[in-house]
Amino acid sequence: MNLTLYVWRQQSSELQGRMEKYYAQGISPDMSFLEMLDMVNEDLIKNNAEPIAFDHDCREGICGTCSQVINGVPHGPEERTTVCQLHMRHFHDGDTVYIEPWRAKAFPVIKDLIVDRSALDSIIQAGGFISVHTGGVSDANSFLIPRSDAETAMDAAECIGCGACIAACPNGSAMLFTAAKVTHLAMLPQGRPEAKRRVCMMTEEMLTKGFGNCTNHYECQAACPKGIKVSFIAKLNREFIKAAQLIKEE
Amino acid sequence: MQSFFNSTVGKKILMAVTGQAMVFFVIIHVIGNSTIFVDGLNGYAERLHSLPVLVWLTRLIMLAVISTHVFFSIQLTLENWKSKPEKYAVQKHLRSTFASRNMIWSGLIIGLFLIYHLMHFTFQIISPDLAAANNLDALGRPDVAHMVISGFQNFFIALIYISALVALVLHLIHGIQSSVQTIGLNNDRTLPLIITSGAIAAIVLFIGYVSIPTSILLNIVKG
Repeated sequence: MNLTLYVWRQQSSELQGRMEKYYAQGISPDMSFLEMLDMVNEDLIKNNAEPIAFDHDCREGICGTCSQVINGVPHGPEERTTVCQLHMRHFHDGDTVYIEPWRAKAFPVIKDLIVDRSALDSIIQAGGFISVHTGGVSDANSFLIPRSDAETAMDAAECIGCGACIAACPNGSAMLFTAAKVTHLAMLPQGRPEAKRRVCMMTEEMLTKGFGNCTNHYECQAACPKGIKVSFIAKLNREFIKAAQLIKEE
Repeated sequence: MQSFFNSTVGKKILMAVTGQAMVFFVIIHVIGNSTIFVDGLNGYAERLHSLPVLVWLTRLIMLAVISTHVFFSIQLTLENWKSKPEKYAVQKHLRSTFASRNMIWSGLIIGLFLIYHLMHFTFQIISPDLAAANNLDALGRPDVAHMVISGFQNFFIALIYISALVALVLHLIHGIQSSVQTIGLNNDRTLPLIITSGAIAAIVLFIGYVSIPTSILLNIVKG
């Protein structure tokens, strides 16, 4: 199949970028979207042109590195699918495809489709950790955790930190990401000692890094390749209300 | 650590709680207004104003509530605009709605309308010849019903009210469910229920309010 691509090209964060037109020819429907871009890049290299820079790593949908907005949707048209797991069979011969980087103030473009997502690391560093026992390793099941709590924590832990929620959010808010991390740790007894401080520090860091405020559009849940749910944001809000006393004391 | 009201969630909780207070006011207000259909508006107005403490307390609380809501809405919206400086060349909305993306504008229309509405029916300076304060009914009460009915017989005044109600219904379709989510009262089971019931509540309120100017325009309610 043959496609017309409009791809965002930007030399560096300082320079202006623009959409440029490319042709992807002889694409197999079995290819992934990234393999299609690899083909386009091979042609560009053969013609002594600068290949399109894009982020990728595991190519099996778990690393959260690939970050492209395809036809206006982060990670493209397939629900709960990362770009690397998106296959060309979901497109048709002759389609026009628009490929853009994540857009948010907190995610400056480094080059072409690659954005700097280290602001997410800062949110994790602000509170995404737990205190642990020193000394010998305790028995794996010495902590009793109700099954439903463990399931909720696991659902939240599915977040791969790709940033699609922020790319989709009209406010560029990182609330779904932060809520997934807060819920993941708050559901487990190991996460409780820092729970109050964590929710305050992580939401504060989110604003400091230039992410917006959540206004409950729920675009994030729709765009999330791992199906992280906005009910975790409600959970974050509950955790924040519980932490109000701590804020008063400090 | 920052204070509660400087934090993103704290500000949003204030937006939610003040919003809910206004929804509560709007519910009471439509019930009171509906007495116009049973010829009871003048009696309702007289009884309400025989309790000046209640009236003034409500006004002061509403002033505080509205100021808080407006202040934080502007601050949060400006922050959000700054966080998304560049738009996509192609943008597809998956879950957000026209209502959710235009809260600041529907809110602005409601705010401007509120000023007009207060000048019209509370301070009564838009059409002073119809002012209830200057016209008494047969029982010697301020004739609020006459003021409202003659006001809405003017097509343009009725149109202003109906347009503002369209902004209100849009604001509430998103606002009611959003406020419940923000104060943390949602889980996977309740979220779709809250979204649907919030929209239904908004539409019921809209029908309640819009029935007054439309029934006057259609001559169903006559002076």
